[in-house]
Amino acid sequence: MKLTLRVWRQQNPETPGAMATYEVDNISADMSFLEMLDTLNEELTLAGDEPVAFDHDCREGICGACSLVINGDAHGPERTTTCQLHMRSFADGDTIDIEPWRASAFPVIKDLVVDRSSFDRIIQSGGYISAPTGTAPDAHATPVPKPDADFAFEHAECIGCGACVAACPNGSAMLFTSAKVNHLNVLPQGAPERETRSWTWWPRWTRRALAAAP
Amino acid sequence: MPDYTQYATGEPVVDTKAPEGPVNERWDTRRFQAKLVNPANRRKHTVIVVGTGLAGGAAGATLAEQGYHVVQFCFQDSPRRAHSVAAQGGINAAKNYRNDGDSIHRLFYDTVKGGDFRARESNVHRLAQISVEIIDQCVAQGVPFAREYGGLLDNRSFGGVQVSRTFYARGQTGQQLLLGAYQALSRQIASGGVELHARTEMLDLIVVDGKARGIVTRDLVTGKIDTYFADAVVLATGGYGNVFYLSTNAMNSNATAIWRAHRRGAYMANPCFTQIHPTCIPRTGDHQSKLTLMSESLRNDGRIWVPKAKGDDRPADKIPEDERDYYLERIYPAFGNLVPRDIASRAAKNVCDEGRGVGPGGQGVYLDFAEAIQRMGRKAVEAKYGNLFDMYQRITDEDPYTVPMRIYPAVHYTMGGLWVDYDLQTTIPGLFAIGEANFSDHGANRLGASALMQGLADGYFVLPSTINDYLARNPHTDTVDAAHPAVAEAVAETEDRINLLLSVDGDRTPDSFHREIGELMWEYCGMARTDDGLRKALARIPEIREEFWRRIKVPGTGEQFNQSLEKANRIVDYLELAELMCLDALHRAESCGGHFREESQTPDGEAERRDEEFSYAAAWEFTATGGAPVLHKEDLVFEYVHPTQRSYA
Ligand SMILES: Cc1cc2nc3c(=O)[nH]c(=O)nc-3n(C[C@H](O)[C@H](O)[C@H](O)COP(=O)(O)OP(=O)(O)OC[C@H]3O[C@@H](n4cnc5c(N)ncnc54)[C@H](O)[C@@H]3O)c2cc1C
Ligand code: FES
Repeated sequence: MKLTLRVWRQQNPETPGAMATYEVDNISADMSFLEMLDTLNEELTLAGDEPVAFDHDCREGICGACSLVINGDAHGPERTTTCQLHMRSFADGDTIDIEPWRASAFPVIKDLVVDRSSFDRIIQSGGYISAPTGTAPDAHATPVPKPDADFAFEHAECIGCGACVAACPNGSAMLFTSAKVNHLNVLPQGAPERETRSWTWWPRWTRRALAAAP
Repeated sequence: MPDYTQYATGEPVVDTKAPEGPVNERWDTRRFQAKLVNPANRRKHTVIVVGTGLAGGAAGATLAEQGYHVVQFCFQDSPRRAHSVAAQGGINAAKNYRNDGDSIHRLFYDTVKGGDFRARESNVHRLAQISVEIIDQCVAQGVPFAREYGGLLDNRSFGGVQVSRTFYARGQTGQQLLLGAYQALSRQIASGGVELHARTEMLDLIVVDGKARGIVTRDLVTGKIDTYFADAVVLATGGYGNVFYLSTNAMNSNATAIWRAHRRGAYMANPCFTQIHPTCIPRTGDHQSKLTLMSESLRNDGRIWVPKAKGDDRPADKIPEDERDYYLERIYPAFGNLVPRDIASRAAKNVCDEGRGVGPGGQGVYLDFAEAIQRMGRKAVEAKYGNLFDMYQRITDEDPYTVPMRIYPAVHYTMGGLWVDYDLQTTIPGLFAIGEANFSDHGANRLGASALMQGLADGYFVLPSTINDYLARNPHTDTVDAAHPAVAEAVAETEDRINLLLSVDGDRTPDSFHREIGELMWEYCGMARTDDGLRKALARIPEIREEFWRRIKVPGTGEQFNQSLEKANRIVDYLELAELMCLDALHRAESCGGHFREESQTPDGEAERRDEEFSYAAAWEFTATGGAPVLHKEDLVFEYVHPTQRSYA
């Protein structure tokens, strides 16, 4: 199929960006969305232009690297990640808009690549169980009811891609944050730090204000 | 320049660190003999850890917990995205929670046998011992492994074994284990024990007076070339399967860190030992950028078959039961669909070569769940494999609940890697290699669910014990800085290479070269290898290299985020590594595990080892680009598991 792509191009964080239009031809329905972009990039490179920068790695929907807003939707029209989206979801002649995550917490680095290190800082402020290596009791010492284990798993499954922030009108990371709190707080291993974990998740200014309160 | 194949054989390489004595006491003995660093002095020692996968993430967190100052790197934007995140099926441990006859000794035995007797017994035994502690550690961190209704951990079986010792978290075991390590690492980052540099790529190793003292890096956002110094350097940079272009590895996994270390003096061991995984989704066309694995766990319940007749192109449901060939169950009745990976892959290749393959181009075999759905019900199949089935459907647009999956073998894992001793130290003092980056535990074939086990064993338990000994014995009193000639030289070489890549301004893209070298390797150094084919590849590789430096085109500059430059820089190393892999495959004129030399097979087509000549690990020393390397042999001694011709029949 033949497609028109309108892609966000931005040289670096300081320079303003703009949408640029490209035509691509001979796109097969079996291609993944990123393979379609690979095709565009091969052409741009041969023409001496800079290829479109985008984050990707596993291309299996698990690493959370890929992060495109496609026709206004984070990860595009299907319920999956950008890398698992296939061109059979589009029709010959379509025009497709491709943009980076838009959120002030995720500044653009280049083109479609954004800085998501804010997510790492959230995990650093309490998204863990303090269990130094070598201190663990036997794995069967504490049975975990299956429903709790399943609940923990379903929250731990989050791939940390940032689509929830990109899709939220307020650019909030509450889904990401609560997924981690739920994962750890439901498990008996996470229980001792339950209170402090939720406490440290609070924005620091709230804590300071509380501490100062009479 | 002398012919690349005219390599010299140097002094044997010996592991001097594994103690004598009964194999089950060696790890305790070694830990007791190892010197320690006083807790108060540890923060004065800096350790560089390159990589944040299971091996690196575990090592960084643990070293920082012990009090060392850790400086850690990954090229992704976050440590949580390391390629380990993609592991699906599970992790082995000799817990014997099933009471099905498992034990440390059995895991040890299975791994040595599964590796076709090309791994070091001391290391494998230690791995089996530690496996038990890994599960405890991960559960304590909150890894949500699958559980049964009684609240205890569930297990499944993997290929090449007859017990159920694989722990799993649905089809996302790697993700959950990695998040455990990542969270432990995050805790150390927050407390200042680990200084993390994401989106930063190591491009060279700094060796001063024969010891590893630092690395040269490029900041992938700004393009800035930097240097970092330390008392020891740990490489946890994963495998090099992407030399084949198409593989199940993540797109950015690469060989640069280990290859640069190899060029600086670290020996590369058994580079030709590559694992071809039997159950991957077949390719659909030339646009294919990577291959997707369908977890081996599917072979627990899926049955593999092809039509009995050549060229039978009826749809699967129109082929009656008695015209189907469940070839693994037929040839290997004892293990059936759960034979080790190398055997399952070769069998698939054989039936496809006979013209009985299915799907486009006849490059596929069926993995059929009809019987499992009948036996367990669709719900149970969904609960066990739901996410894998969904992924398959998304990629192929076919519903595996009603139409059998089509699968074909693909490059998946590299057993070869940097040569390390029992302490996981390379031949460069102060340089350690852990996880898939080293060669240590899997011999010529890795068993399923054993890479996660090895990465975590190395990272949480082995390296944090053995590195103490090195640090205690090698107190560095001198400081190394940017002015040191060895540092200046490494930086200059890195800058020159980048400038050269940017200045050629030719007419071929980095991907076109990557694809070319990948196809060559798959053809001649893939599932079946011959003397003749390998020589062809060895003649061709220098030509591709020459063409690369004449025709490569890298747009943009070095002082910016530049993904073309990153790729091109990695291909430079593939073009050298590929040559060594072919030479290693050529010199090893036997078949073993994943290395199948057509000249060396039994009458019924199985791999035939030649122990009298090849019972050694081949450790190669670098001389010059395109120059013949020097072979150092490490003789393998089997005191406990006696080499036999593997049989899974
Ligand atoms: C699809 C798939 C499924 C798998 N399933 C299983 C399974 O079920 N069970 C099992 O046991 N094994 C499985 N494996 C194998 C296993 O996942 C890997 O062998 C293992 O995770 C490797 O871990 P690692 O820590 O050694 O390296 P990786 O996880 O690959 O991490 C490498 C790290 O090094 C960094 N790095 C690399 N080079 C540089 C550089 N030059 N500069 C800076 N940083 C660098 C990367 O950023 C990354 O952080 C699977 C593999 C694949 C491909
Ligand atoms: S590239 Fe990994 S989730 Fe899309």
